[in-house]
Amino acid sequence: MTSFFAILIDGAIYASWLFLVAAGLTIIYGVMRVLNMAHGSFYAIGAYSAASLVGWYFSGEHGNPYWSFLLLIGCALVSGAIVGVIIEKGLLRFLHGRDEILMVIVTYALLLILEDATKLIWGVDPYFAYQPYRLLGQTAVGGSLRFANYDLVLIAVSILVGLAAWFVLNRTNKGRLLRAVIHDREIAIAMGVNVNAMFAATFAIGSVLGALAGALTAPAISVTPGIGVEVIVLAFAVVVVGGLGSIGGAAAGAILVGLSRSFAVHVAPEFELFVIYGVMFLVLAIRPQGLFGQTLARRI
Amino acid sequence: MQASPQFSRPSFRLSAIAAALALAGAVSTSALAADNGKYRIGIVTFLSGAAAGPFGVPAANAAKLAVEALNAGKLPAPYGKKGINGIEIETVIIDEAGGATKQTEEFRNLVQRQKVDAVIGYISSGDCIAIAPAVEELGVPTIFFDCGTSKVFETVKNPKFLFRTGLDAVVDNVAAARYIAETRPNVKSVASIQQNYAWGQDSWNDFILAFKQIKPEVKVVSEQWPKLGQGQYGAEISAISVSTPDLIHSSFWGGDMEALMLQGGARGLFDKSVAVLTAGETGVEHFKANVPNGTVIGGRGPFGAFAPKNALNDWFRPAFTAQFKEPPTYPAYKMVQAILGLKAAAEKTAKAGAMPTAENIVQGLAGLSFEAPSGTVIMSRSKGHQAVQSVSFGEYQFDAKSGKASVAKVKTYAGECLMPPDGSNAADWIKAGFPGAKCN
Repeated sequence: MTSFFAILIDGAIYASWLFLVAAGLTIIYGVMRVLNMAHGSFYAIGAYSAASLVGWYFSGEHGNPYWSFLLLIGCALVSGAIVGVIIEKGLLRFLHGRDEILMVIVTYALLLILEDATKLIWGVDPYFAYQPYRLLGQTAVGGSLRFANYDLVLIAVSILVGLAAWFVLNRTNKGRLLRAVIHDREIAIAMGVNVNAMFAATFAIGSVLGALAGALTAPAISVTPGIGVEVIVLAFAVVVVGGLGSIGGAAAGAILVGLSRSFAVHVAPEFELFVIYGVMFLVLAIRPQGLFGQTLARRI
Repeated sequence: MQASPQFSRPSFRLSAIAAALALAGAVSTSALAADNGKYRIGIVTFLSGAAAGPFGVPAANAAKLAVEALNAGKLPAPYGKKGINGIEIETVIIDEAGGATKQTEEFRNLVQRQKVDAVIGYISSGDCIAIAPAVEELGVPTIFFDCGTSKVFETVKNPKFLFRTGLDAVVDNVAAARYIAETRPNVKSVASIQQNYAWGQDSWNDFILAFKQIKPEVKVVSEQWPKLGQGQYGAEISAISVSTPDLIHSSFWGGDMEALMLQGGARGLFDKSVAVLTAGETGVEHFKANVPNGTVIGGRGPFGAFAPKNALNDWFRPAFTAQFKEPPTYPAYKMVQAILGLKAAAEKTAKAGAMPTAENIVQGLAGLSFEAPSGTVIMSRSKGHQAVQSVSFGEYQFDAKSGKASVAKVKTYAGECLMPPDGSNAADWIKAGFPGAKCN
């Protein structure tokens, strides 16, 4: 019974982390049709800036330790928005409407450049921001099984992010305009929608979400070079399973992958590596467009 | 229809010509540099990727420090003579990232284009196995300073130019098994969490083979195989928690090791189970209070926090700490060890003040006994090409008041206690009950 609860809770925690990582990627693709390889770099920049700021905060008497949670979120907002706006305004705006494959190559180049940039800024030594991870204590779930409350809070945070994205897209005027752009960019332009501004805002929101995932993960890991490259592969697996460009799909993909992996770790750990891509293979074999993806007629 | 991007042909041609000229320039510079009267050493270590921070960069820093000190003649005896045999040393530092195929090409470049006199390098076992045959083919003295695979001298059975001045991974795990059996006699169950690649799999196989040989009643209650660089170990920690082991063995290194200890510690994983980290020494300066006191750590030899007190260590540790703001960990010690081995070999056989030849190095290093900051190194295995050294294990201790970490209850096992006789297979030797092992 303990193992059953462990599988469920571990699956939920991992799914929430996957969703946080994948949400920004799928939003950017949904609106801009840019499969953004540099999303891993936003994650890394969020993690590094959070680790630097929280490390500084705890290095002296800077006030209540619980303020460090606001620092995590704050630095994700600032670093993600700055990097996102610079990249969109400085590079991607000149490439709007180009072939999707070209955008993959461009953003892959960006990933490599940003990877080196983080090394130039932060070096190769590990950074730590572990204090917030321990601050919330732990919860026992029968026997010797305990969970860090920080991880449980992450589940709530990812639900909030998902609900916020749904609310903005479905219940606000800006969201309706965004859906119009997603549905048909050319008609939206003809109707007077400022698509360039929409793209800039979307890219900034996506990069903030990537940075937020990194910042919220930083307290649980050692922030080292290469973390961005590691997550991008997982994020792609999740959005492909769910259907590219769909927030609901990213959530469903994250839950499916999270629970499957958790089940494998507890029941057959030797299949842990295989299971994520096994799920992806099965879903794509049955629904090539992903769980929530729409089959689109090819434009000529 | 969308416009497809096009490269401007003239500018592409211009770039290609510029690149070719730059490359030709670099090659001719290096060819000239090889004849400049300096002894040229190729240093290969990770400068990018996950292994750069914990291993590659400390090793590269150690190489720079040691070469500068040697060229200035500032090292303690017996290394007071400037450079190598009085000849100034210069280094060519190469990034080990990119995989075995790329590294084999880079090795050939070092030898054939950069005209190095010797190569010291390689952290990845895969790189070592791939490069070993090329070393013998190209005939340049090459020292593997860190990689732990036991298959190096199975790949090259009659080495002439290939040497390894560090230990293989089998001895780490035999030492870990002995340490746990002696200090934790009540251990009845063990769980494993390893990075799922050759290093992790070999480490676990060696450890459990040796541990079961010493304590046959021990049961394995969980084996976890997360991906290298995974970073998130929530489910693995849960699976180990519910299996309630007495001991958790891990060969994790770098950021993965620190993340595992951080996440496991916050969830009370180590409250009832003791962890043994065979590569834990590289994390001593970072663990702080996140790793419980009593966690068993190894340093892949008598390196880093386990290094003995001697004149060379009295120079190396403070000098490295002063220059790089952090004490040297085991990769740094192993790099200096390899450089000093090369110097000792050259000065044993080359005519005083003469440029050492490949033959000088080969004849001098085979079977050599030389001093290093980690103590005496004896090249006595694999026909004098593989080092034998002691291995230490101890318990991590963190003092919250001073904020300083140390290693306590250290036990050091002689190489003769941990290594099979020359020419025999390590697994067979362990299964046979360590025949001929000379332990204290």
